[in-house]
Amino acid sequence: MRRLHTPLVATLVLCSLFAAACSDDNGAPTTTAPGTTGDVVVLAASSLTEAFTEIGDAFTAANPEANVTFSFAGSSDLVTQISEGAPADVFVSADDATMAKITDAALNATDPVVMARNSFAIIVEQGNPKGIATVADLADPDLVVVLCAGSVPCGKGAVAILANAAVTVTPKSLEDKVKGVVTKVTAGEADAGIVFVTDVQAAGSAAEGVDIPADVNVISNYPIVVTKDAQHADAAQAFIDFVTSADGQAILATYGFLAP
Amino acid sequence: MSLHAAVRRQLGPLHLDVEFTVRPGELLALLGPNGAGKTTVLRALAGLEPLDQGRIEIDGVVVDEPAADVFVSPEQRGVGVVFQHYALFPNLTVLENVAFGLRARGIPAADARRRATAWIDRVGLGDHALHKPGALSGGQAQRTALARALATDPRLLLLDEPLAALDAGTRATVRRDLRHHLASFDGMRVMVTHDPVDAFALADHVAIIEAGRVVQTGTFAEITAHPRSRYVADLVGVNLVHGDVVGGVLTTATGALVVIADAADGPSFAVLRPHSLVLVRDRPLGTSARNTWTGTIADLDRIGDRVRVHIESELPLTAEITNEAFDALALRPGDTIHASAKATDIEVYPA
Amino acid sequence: MLAFAGVAVLFFALPLLGLLWRAPWSKAWTYLSDHDSLTALRLSLQTSLWATALSIVFGVPLAWMLARSTFPGRSALRALCTLSMVLPPVVGGVALLFALGRRGVVGQWLYRWFDYQLPYTTAAVVVAQTFVAMPFLVITVEAALRQLDRAPEDAARTLGASRWYTFRRVTLPAISPALAAGAVLSWARALGEFGATITFAGSYPGTTQTMPIAVYLARETNPEQSIILALLMIVISFAVLVSLRDRWFGAADRVGVSS
Repeated sequence: MRRLHTPLVATLVLCSLFAAACSDDNGAPTTTAPGTTGDVVVLAASSLTEAFTEIGDAFTAANPEANVTFSFAGSSDLVTQISEGAPADVFVSADDATMAKITDAALNATDPVVMARNSFAIIVEQGNPKGIATVADLADPDLVVVLCAGSVPCGKGAVAILANAAVTVTPKSLEDKVKGVVTKVTAGEADAGIVFVTDVQAAGSAAEGVDIPADVNVISNYPIVVTKDAQHADAAQAFIDFVTSADGQAILATYGFLAP
Repeated sequence: MSLHAAVRRQLGPLHLDVEFTVRPGELLALLGPNGAGKTTVLRALAGLEPLDQGRIEIDGVVVDEPAADVFVSPEQRGVGVVFQHYALFPNLTVLENVAFGLRARGIPAADARRRATAWIDRVGLGDHALHKPGALSGGQAQRTALARALATDPRLLLLDEPLAALDAGTRATVRRDLRHHLASFDGMRVMVTHDPVDAFALADHVAIIEAGRVVQTGTFAEITAHPRSRYVADLVGVNLVHGDVVGGVLTTATGALVVIADAADGPSFAVLRPHSLVLVRDRPLGTSARNTWTGTIADLDRIGDRVRVHIESELPLTAEITNEAFDALALRPGDTIHASAKATDIEVYPA
Repeated sequence: MLAFAGVAVLFFALPLLGLLWRAPWSKAWTYLSDHDSLTALRLSLQTSLWATALSIVFGVPLAWMLARSTFPGRSALRALCTLSMVLPPVVGGVALLFALGRRGVVGQWLYRWFDYQLPYTTAAVVVAQTFVAMPFLVITVEAALRQLDRAPEDAARTLGASRWYTFRRVTLPAISPALAAGAVLSWARALGEFGATITFAGSYPGTTQTMPIAVYLARETNPEQSIILALLMIVISFAVLVSLRDRWFGAADRVGVSS
């Protein structure tokens, strides 16, 4: 794996303002032979951070000639980056709606494939001191409940779940990303929040999850595509194949993701 | 009712240990070279620096005595200070500067304004009352600082190098004005200066401070008549020799001998006036002069129609001769020369 | 030299041009008069001004102590008090949670005794902004205090002024240009604060959702609106910086010439 060379990029930005002085032959990723070699730049939803890091290691172990560079951020951020021309070979979003922005703009080279699914859980502090058992319990005005903002996938999910359960919750805060909700709960600042099952698992011993029954829960898809401007389309496809293979699926499962 | 000060304070390598008394209506000048610790003495009197040891008593009130755990803060001392660069408040007008001390003591604005205006008129700054300090000349700034310090009716007035910030051209005029204004203040005054002209013109008494100690006190005339330190000797322009007199001969610490007349035995100072020294090229054989020192010419200074000749010998001397004598002898630095003096021309007094 | 200066100017001007270029001018008024935008703007102005006020009230004495007293560990104390400048704001927010949150070192007692939870309140926004903004004021004022000629302060003391009166009438006027510059810097920093605020105070419209957070969230649902809101912040800050800083910095040039 390789991280993006930050000082180099910053220098290039400043140099390009000169528009003449600096030559650009050391900036672009080097083109390599086809096949499962070369650099694959993967832009993935932040909920995949832990799982994809492990998958990346496994992928490069299986393909020693290949390199994977990850950039994890909120799905919407990644869409903005891609539409502004950020170098990317593979894009994974945490819901279909966000992926639709890419397909609507025809920025994808392959059709979206759902590589995993994620459901929601109520995250509470370790030991569940407030005794929260159902979604309806979140309506208690004495509880400090924190949700994602409606603009990010986890927020959309939470809104749908509360509607399904016909529960009205007044959250104390609408976080810009799911990790914000996790942090508030693990720091003891919030009593409960609605997050992805995988986030509860990633939080480890600092928090625990309360299951949301299937009849009110929302399943979120994780579609994956090769981008239109991919520099290494073949390697990108190889990476997607690896993720959807039994090996890749097994890794995703250990982090709490559901099979597609 | 007077000021008694015993100021002891360690200033890096310099151990300051200065004692003096100032009586009412008296102006004492602390005169000495830069770095002698004079300003620290002033700051200690004002309460801006605490003593390590010693005692300061103003009008019977002890204001600083570390041994007794007494320290009166500057705002409670009733001591007025004219600072070296005047330290006027740049954002306030002359009137506001002078009224500052009165306002700080809680005197109502109108009253403070009236009293400050009186002081400003007294120092002749009536036209500048509404100017900021930046618009004042050096002399005007000094008078503002003086009025500001006196407006609070202090028991003791301190002046730190009151003329040092002025250029040479205006110094004489400002010095005359300052003497006039100081004369109208009948409290105790202490002035710090490195300029003997200031001390001569303004002070009743002078304390010579060298390397943290008082080496001589008295009136300016007394001090210059009988120098007791190299600093004063240089100031007056005489050769000062310190040594032990036994049987009419003074022996210096370096072993040089000076034959003198009519002096009691014991540690003494001897003054050799430069114009009483006689220079000769060849060692004199028959002469009435009892003293002859042989040395080399280190340096020559031409001052008007005289030349001062600095001689390096076992007794370092400066001689003063006329231009005619200088031309006749054709002296050059490095030449060997003999300097002689009559014993009766040498003034001797106990150390 | 000039070429590099030119690059620097371009470097700052281009992102602004980018925003102007992308801005949906025809819909600008609709977005600006939007209730949520106005709520966020009002909250931002309120909280940033409060943060500036707190920075002055506590930052000036702190700067005074750092500049004027000598005690062991002063450099360490200065580093401690300016650490939030270099701390990633989100980390700062987490640290504030650990200190003042419901489980925090101090916050737990507030919660236990007074049933008070600081996070999720507008006060928490002010705390987070003050935390990141105050060092700018402290550093500016401390530098001014260090360069200040002490003689006028000494003069004031001998004239019968107490320490406080001296500070008010002599020291404060002398450092006022630096104080103003420091206040503007902290205000600008507070206004743009995002990471510490959302981490410590959260984000809820009307209570804790400040302009930068609103801009960030709008970016995901309505990028056009976020551009307009961002431009509004820029216009306000630009107006303040241009009208005030030049005058104060100009005044700062003139200070200290009088002797």
